[in-house]
Amino acid sequence: MLLKRVIPCLDVKDGRVVKGVRFVDLTDEGDPPQLARRYAEAGADEICFLDISAAPEGRSTLLDVVERTASAVFVPLTVGGGVRSALEMRDVLRAGADKVAVNTAAVEEPSLVATCARRFGSQCVVISVDARAVPDARGAWEVVVQGGRTPTGLDAIEWIERCVELGAGEVLLTSIDRDGTQAGFDIELLREVTSRVRVPVIASGGAGSPADMTAAVSEGHADAVLAASIFHRDIHSIAAVKADMAAAGVPVRLVAQAA
Amino acid sequence: MSATVRVAIVDYDAGNLVSIRNALEILGAGVGIASEPADLEGADAILVPGVGASAPAMARLRRQGLAGPIVDLVRAGAWYVGICLGLQLLFERSDEDGAAMFGLLHGDVKIIPDAPSLPHIGWNRLEVQRAHPILEGLPDGTPAYFVHSYVPVPADPSVVVAKTEHGGRFASLVAAGRIIGFQFHPERSGDDGLRMLRNTLGLIAADMPASASAAARLVG
Repeated sequence: MLLKRVIPCLDVKDGRVVKGVRFVDLTDEGDPPQLARRYAEAGADEICFLDISAAPEGRSTLLDVVERTASAVFVPLTVGGGVRSALEMRDVLRAGADKVAVNTAAVEEPSLVATCARRFGSQCVVISVDARAVPDARGAWEVVVQGGRTPTGLDAIEWIERCVELGAGEVLLTSIDRDGTQAGFDIELLREVTSRVRVPVIASGGAGSPADMTAAVSEGHADAVLAASIFHRDIHSIAAVKADMAAAGVPVRLVAQAA
Repeated sequence: MSATVRVAIVDYDAGNLVSIRNALEILGAGVGIASEPADLEGADAILVPGVGASAPAMARLRRQGLAGPIVDLVRAGAWYVGICLGLQLLFERSDEDGAAMFGLLHGDVKIIPDAPSLPHIGWNRLEVQRAHPILEGLPDGTPAYFVHSYVPVPADPSVVVAKTEHGGRFASLVAAGRIIGFQFHPERSGDDGLRMLRNTLGLIAADMPASASAAARLVG
């Protein structure tokens, strides 16, 4: 039986980790490989980099960061943000990423999902979907892009089903309503998506406590939970999340902690 | 490790080599990248990594002139370490696309039976079927990282060291003589995975004189 994964997500801009990471014992809190290694030692089942560089120079820096991280960290690495073509995906994979998440580019050109899945295999194509609840329409969510700023008119559930048909091997599902709130995941959204697709679904957006993450798995049927700030600010440790999950009967990978 | 184990990692454009290369180097192996037959010379072990489908992989290996020499070297006594697709290629035929493969082990490659989700992506447990040095120091149920949809079905069940359950149970770790195959990614399985790679290098190191002379016989 697959174990449920806990994934810390790092925002990387121009080769540096941004957004409030607080580990006093790191010599350089902004260095992605150092942080990734720290999380891997703490029991992270996978590391996610979200590249938020705007300039092209930031992209080439990212490839260097991916390569240095893949060399230092022996858990899977997923990279998302700004990948717009099969060529760019190839570069990120060659640099050492295990999976690449596509978001806006797939909405603009859905055939990108099929092209990449055919060329690199479904297992490394993650469709990243930012979903926002449609007001006054219970059980309906719309796909938004560009960090949640731009509505697309696409129904999130239909879009995800389509991407899976096109070959996406995994879904990174972010509730934009919950993102950054620490108010818990959108369980209803998770249930809807996990009941419709057979590929793994990663829950994102809203993690505030270990109990939230356990609920995403046990009630929302997510295969993995992703969080940023609660780990970065050391509000909760990965070990605490896994302990909560294990106590609830969720199968997880427990890692012996260094003293 | 007493002597440096020379590992040739086969590069046939089937996934990145960064992580496996670095893992082996950290563990003290001498690592070369083999993209043509000459690159295999002098290697104690041939490591075939890879993700993806078997037919295009075999086509690339043949185009690069590597398929024949790999089989010859392993028959002559070189170690073969297969990871994921590299394990599947050891067998005779794949259901995925009907590809004829190395045939170094008897059996076929089939889709995971009764899988609740495909691809099988994530951490899953190794259920030990028989003791083997590769798993030395690791308890039964050790988790490893998987990314695949197809699995080997060995004709000889005694080659199976560990199985894993994802709907059906499949062979996730295979060993036969100087052949070792991981269906999961030890280079992505944290400290436990590194432990398995260290154990693998230890096995090869302990066997090196025999392996080297076998390769020398072939070249001669």
